Amino acid sequence: MEPFTTLTAGAVPMDLPNIDTDRVIPARFLRKPKEAGLGKYFFHDVRFNPDGSENGDFILNQAPYRDAQILVTAENFGCGSSREAAVWALMGSGFRCVIGPSFGDIFFENCFKNGVLAVVLPAEVVAGLRRQLHDRPGAAISLDLASQTLTAPDGATRRFEVDPFRKQALLKGQDEIALTTEYEEAIRTHEARRAAEMPWLT
Amino acid sequence: MPTMFEKIWSRHVVAEGPGGQTLLYIDRHPLHEGATAALARLKQSGRAVRRPAGLLATADHYVPTGPGSEALAEPEIRGMVDGVIRSTREAGVPFFGPGDPRTGIVHVIGPEQGYTQPGIVLVCGDSHTATHGAFGAIAFGIGSTEVEHVLATQCLWQRKPKVMRITVTGKRQPGIAAKDVILAIIARIGAGGGVGHAVEYAGPVMADMSMEERMTVCNMSIEAGARAGMVAPDDTTYRYLEGRPYAPKGAHWDKALAYWKTLPSDADAVFDKEVTLDGAGIAPTVTWGTSPQDALPITESVPDPAREADPARRQAMGRALDYMGLRPGTPLSAISIDRVFIGSCTNSRIEDLRAAAAVAKGRRAVIKAWVVPGSGLVKQAAEAEGLHEVFTAAGFDWRDPGCSMCVGMNGDTAREGERVASTSNRNFEGRQGKGARTHLMSPAMAAAAAITGRLTDVRGL
Repeated sequence: MEPFTTLTAGAVPMDLPNIDTDRVIPARFLRKPKEAGLGKYFFHDVRFNPDGSENGDFILNQAPYRDAQILVTAENFGCGSSREAAVWALMGSGFRCVIGPSFGDIFFENCFKNGVLAVVLPAEVVAGLRRQLHDRPGAAISLDLASQTLTAPDGATRRFEVDPFRKQALLKGQDEIALTTEYEEAIRTHEARRAAEMPWLT
Repeated sequence: MPTMFEKIWSRHVVAEGPGGQTLLYIDRHPLHEGATAALARLKQSGRAVRRPAGLLATADHYVPTGPGSEALAEPEIRGMVDGVIRSTREAGVPFFGPGDPRTGIVHVIGPEQGYTQPGIVLVCGDSHTATHGAFGAIAFGIGSTEVEHVLATQCLWQRKPKVMRITVTGKRQPGIAAKDVILAIIARIGAGGGVGHAVEYAGPVMADMSMEERMTVCNMSIEAGARAGMVAPDDTTYRYLEGRPYAPKGAHWDKALAYWKTLPSDADAVFDKEVTLDGAGIAPTVTWGTSPQDALPITESVPDPAREADPARRQAMGRALDYMGLRPGTPLSAISIDRVFIGSCTNSRIEDLRAAAAVAKGRRAVIKAWVVPGSGLVKQAAEAEGLHEVFTAAGFDWRDPGCSMCVGMNGDTAREGERVASTSNRNFEGRQGKGARTHLMSPAMAAAAAITGRLTDVRGL
């Protein structure tokens, strides 16, 4: 996993609440190999017209936002299906960070497993960020994970919370399975106790 | 003092790790086609599956469910099914594949086999894994990287979620299905109402439900944002489990039962959040929009975004109505339907098929209507009762088990603009096919829509 330390990049606002992962990547693309790159399927059915041309009304297709690497969302972004391809498609489109008032729990977890920083901030703060990004299309946001600070387009800097475990994993680009392997003895102890206490579970 | 969630959680703690995360032991891990990629990555990194015999695999998301299925002709779809057959065989994982009567939707066969049990932690690479919580288990959906982690270590790093109790009081009116109950709950707390929480469903309405009904309720927890949903085990649970292939036998049964009886939340347990719903006030419910929270009693009309005070909500409603091709003020029962889907991990069990057949019996579908049983064994049981004859006589299509039209990835899809009365769990844009319009409802309500060709209050049919 690629480490995440700092990022200064253009940010794109998405105002609709409850954007589900079916919309982020429609199910018919889940059989495409991840290695081939899923970025072209990111928001496919809203991004493209039926004839394959780009839908100019969709924000990701608008010039100032094209190179954005940060997505600023509304409530419950990434709800629904557990498909990790939603994060792979997001990354394939160049994004490394999502900021929102809340996220679908599985999507949130999937972000961190892939080196994408997901930042939760109070709804009014995120709404303020989205307003700034609408007012100044293409404006950048800066993030520093080590100090847990975010600098908005207007220059205001604020702290964000991140789970220390996930923070370390992102900073180091850690292989989680390797970490867990260090707990092998504890796992064996647990399995022995489990076999004694719950012998019906084979 | 502890909640049921807390009791099960604490028993599965392997270690407290850095930063307040817990290494949690995973008892059960059913697999489907989605696991192929995780198995491949595991192999590539030179790691082995830690406990292959404890897994249970099936093919459900991509399997063909009948003649004319695109899944038969499309190489990429066939490749997904072939992939799980090959990768599970290679890893030594028990596999109930196509043709095996025990095959079916992962959240139907786990309970059916007794693989799902009270007091366990069960994960699966699918968001509807909360279904298994109906047995009094911690069960939640995970992503592909987490699937790989569990395959390798039989553990998962987790931060303990908050616990919410949703109590459904009183008694359901006649003809009110479990689907109506969960749709009413989601409408009440919202699509994000359960984010960060595990939900315990409680109260007399839940206690009164069969296991199939409890599974329907827990199944849709994720549609309210909750990864896990659960119901305390009781005699209904034990009766359902006893004698099933993976259920404990003999002395093990007695020992297991003693453990299971300790699981219900203590009377003085404290929850992070409490919600109460009047069970007697729940009506047959259908969705009108593109989020499961967009649900209303069938007696109501399509809501008007102009009357919505919150601008974000107003925008979302307007977009949903545009996608759904609906006008504010239209009575829901006046909305005409193009086709019907009865199936999915939410509503494809024997009781669901009985409820639909009771409506179809002696009547005739006026639109295309599919019945897709949740497993080969559900199909067999339904046929032993003659339900397939009821359906086919009424003009319904009786198909083979699989996820079918719920997921829109196996070729079983609706056409652009087609309006579907569906017993599945998601009415998202494009969920049942690009441009397809989904209305969620119970099996009886879906069958009623097939008979009249419009959304219909089954109580008046």
